[in-house]
Amino acid sequence: MSLWPELELMLPEVSKPARYIGGEGGMVEPEHHPSKVAWLLAYPDTYEIGLPNQGLQILYEILNERDDAVAERAYAPWVDMEAEMRAAGLPLFSVDTHRRAGDFDVLAFNLSAELVYTNLLNCIDLAGAPVRTEQRADDDLLIGAGGHCTYNPEPLADFVDFFVLGDGEEVVSEINAVLCDWKRSGKKGRQSVLRALAAVEGVYVPSLYDVVYEGPALVSVTPRFADVPAVVEKRTVADLAAWPYPKHQLVPLTEVVHDRLNVEVFRGCTRGCRFCQAGMITRPVRERPAEQVRTMVADGLARSGYDEVALTSLSTADFSGIQEVVAATMDCGAGEVSVSLPSLRVDAFTVGLAAQIQRARRTGLTFAPEAGSWRMRQVINKLIDERDLYGAVESAFSQGWRRMKLYFLTGLPTETDVDTLAIGELARNCVELGRSHTKNPSVTVSLGGFVPKPFTPFQWFGQNTVAELQRKIFLLRDDIKRNRGVQMKWHDPKASLVEGIASRGDRRIGRVIEDVWRQGGTFQEWSEHFDYDRWTQAMDRHGLSADWYVHRHRTEHEVLPWDHLSAGLHKDFLWQDWRDALNEVGLEDCRWTPCYDCGACTGYSIEHIVASAVPPAGGSQGTGQVPTDYQPPAAVSVQLSGVGSRTSS
Amino acid sequence: MNPNQPPRTRIRLRYSKTGRIRFTSHRDVARIWERSLRRTGLPVAQTEGFSPRAKLHFGLALATGYESDAEYLDVDFKGADVAVDEVLKALVSVLPCGIAATGGTVLLPGEMSLQQAVTSCDWDIELIDVTADDVAGWVDRVRGATTIMITRERKGQQITDDLTPQIRALEVGEPTNRGVRLLATLGTQPRAARPSELLTAFEPRYYPVLVRRTRQWIEQDGARLDPLEVGAAPAQHTLVGVQ
Repeated sequence: MSLWPELELMLPEVSKPARYIGGEGGMVEPEHHPSKVAWLLAYPDTYEIGLPNQGLQILYEILNERDDAVAERAYAPWVDMEAEMRAAGLPLFSVDTHRRAGDFDVLAFNLSAELVYTNLLNCIDLAGAPVRTEQRADDDLLIGAGGHCTYNPEPLADFVDFFVLGDGEEVVSEINAVLCDWKRSGKKGRQSVLRALAAVEGVYVPSLYDVVYEGPALVSVTPRFADVPAVVEKRTVADLAAWPYPKHQLVPLTEVVHDRLNVEVFRGCTRGCRFCQAGMITRPVRERPAEQVRTMVADGLARSGYDEVALTSLSTADFSGIQEVVAATMDCGAGEVSVSLPSLRVDAFTVGLAAQIQRARRTGLTFAPEAGSWRMRQVINKLIDERDLYGAVESAFSQGWRRMKLYFLTGLPTETDVDTLAIGELARNCVELGRSHTKNPSVTVSLGGFVPKPFTPFQWFGQNTVAELQRKIFLLRDDIKRNRGVQMKWHDPKASLVEGIASRGDRRIGRVIEDVWRQGGTFQEWSEHFDYDRWTQAMDRHGLSADWYVHRHRTEHEVLPWDHLSAGLHKDFLWQDWRDALNEVGLEDCRWTPCYDCGACTGYSIEHIVASAVPPAGGSQGTGQVPTDYQPPAAVSVQLSGVGSRTSS
Repeated sequence: MNPNQPPRTRIRLRYSKTGRIRFTSHRDVARIWERSLRRTGLPVAQTEGFSPRAKLHFGLALATGYESDAEYLDVDFKGADVAVDEVLKALVSVLPCGIAATGGTVLLPGEMSLQQAVTSCDWDIELIDVTADDVAGWVDRVRGATTIMITRERKGQQITDDLTPQIRALEVGEPTNRGVRLLATLGTQPRAARPSELLTAFEPRYYPVLVRRTRQWIEQDGARLDPLEVGAAPAQHTLVGVQ
């Protein structure tokens, strides 16, 4: 049953063998049974990237708590291990009990990034199933996928039997019920189980839809049967408090990314940054009750032995009463506990918070203004007043930080060289602010090429070409290279192009993905394996044009490849927001201002769950408030209590 | 010792590393110990400074993939009266599968570190796809060699050493159910000789399927002592057997 005896002989030959051993704290070794649906939950990247994924861990726990399901985990084997496995004829396996993938009923992927698509094909192939859905027989694995990338699943439509849109906590059990019936009936008729899955809200079965093209244009994607929904709606968990998962976060034996306790404090974000797909598709904001956060932190630290906890969300400084939660967290452990807050807002309040939590280990501080000029930030609706940024930077340097990292995007809609160069100006000013506090202040500009994503107001925008992104990167690099204290790093614009192809592609892009995979193009998100020419050549071979898919501006009434899917957002809301962007008009955060009916709440009869009725202190960003009486803070005092009033919505 | 310093207890622990977890690295094991000790809630002393860490002192690194019955680490605890059996008991439920604390002793102040004190290790090496006779012939030739030169790289420089003084014992052991067992004692000072260096220094080169460190030794005044035997008091042993 277990492949361990064979794997054991291979592991001395491969790099980082601990990737393949399992044995994590919190691991389950479930008992398989003919009456239980067996899920193999896979992350199509290396173990150290995939292990911490919270979505996968949540589903792993929920399924293993059921008495009609078992779940184990698999990760993409690194190239050396894959070569050993293929040479020995060993398939993809679970790390929990080292079962072969073929012993499971479902192989379900978490998709968080486009560049892993070829890895997904490779994992299906290693699992022993045909990579294309139409070639699968009744007893072949069912292939599923969830995660943010499934909001445009079309490039993978030919390879994945079913996609799930949105929060998985509830829908996974509904899917399991369908699969349980199917398994108990002897897995007869793949078509019938796919039809049954399509009837589950939030589940999209691409093979049940007809796609019509006219030349390069997509004309329609329509269901082939009356009982298959014309539009698949995403799933949303109304109340995060009902789902305190993961309860037993996996503690790996070997080092992974985000190697710490992670507690999700809220889901969703309504800051309304127009480039941000996560902020659009995860609405509305649903805060976890502060008391539950404290319990999860205390239990998690005691169980895991970690001395670091991350309070995760899309903008953790926005959590109601964040100061109290942070203070309680720091006092809950036996020894020193450090808290990390990913995705911080840019303002002095945030720096105060950061100073409070980093009293023990002071690392660098990272802010994401995203754009250099105020005009550009109005376009993208990241309404950080320059004074907020300088206030944050000033207070950070005054409190002892010497290094700072600033994240920016280039290739944004309406961007001119004035906007690009404004990034350099901002960075220089930050270094200047630091000089009065430290001898060698350091600011690193991290520059990424903007890739428009589905279900954002920028879904119509034509992405900058590789040449244009490269020109802007070099323009900025040349502008700042003589400035002592300013460093710059950038993302490969060629990788941004491939991301662009996959992010807004239609089903025809599937042939390109398959082609690149068949040429050996796996681990494309790893720069040492990324092969740009393979992608452009595959596009050419299939007569597909990057200009059409990536660089042209889309029009208001054209059919988008994801129009038959819904994240709740009204298309006319997104279009209006796109027009507002071009007119440099900002939009307020609806958490604390009246609803503008984007559709994410109203369409599903749910609402924000936010403990504080007023915006957090200390910044204008996204709240619509531009401070009128701004004075640069000499030092930021840390308040340990009393921010905002605490009411329940 | 500065009398103003807070009292500390240094405890030497012995542990085993067997099964799947043998594929974790020395660094992974150090992190596992840090987390496991935090879970016990025992008062482990912390380093001073900006980035406090638990005061753990590890002995000789074990190569990734090797098993061991005899790994050691020294842990500093706050307070003068931390009992070894209390520590061993607390560790039982927190260590991951494959790592088990099998004994411990309190060290007197000034005891040499494990890295300095240990002089040799016993190794149990399993070879497959070879006959016992072939291995016996190989052993005879190794034992008969006057020098066995091995070359390794250190800081970009090629260094050549003679392995023979480090080979304290070498013999063919009882066969395993799938292969031949080789038993070796290799010296560790000034630098620990590795089983892989022994096995590949001489034709035919052997690539073992499993290597297990079975003992570590401290040679003191002509006697060979287990690292737990240099403690202040008789060593405590847990009831948990070696897996």
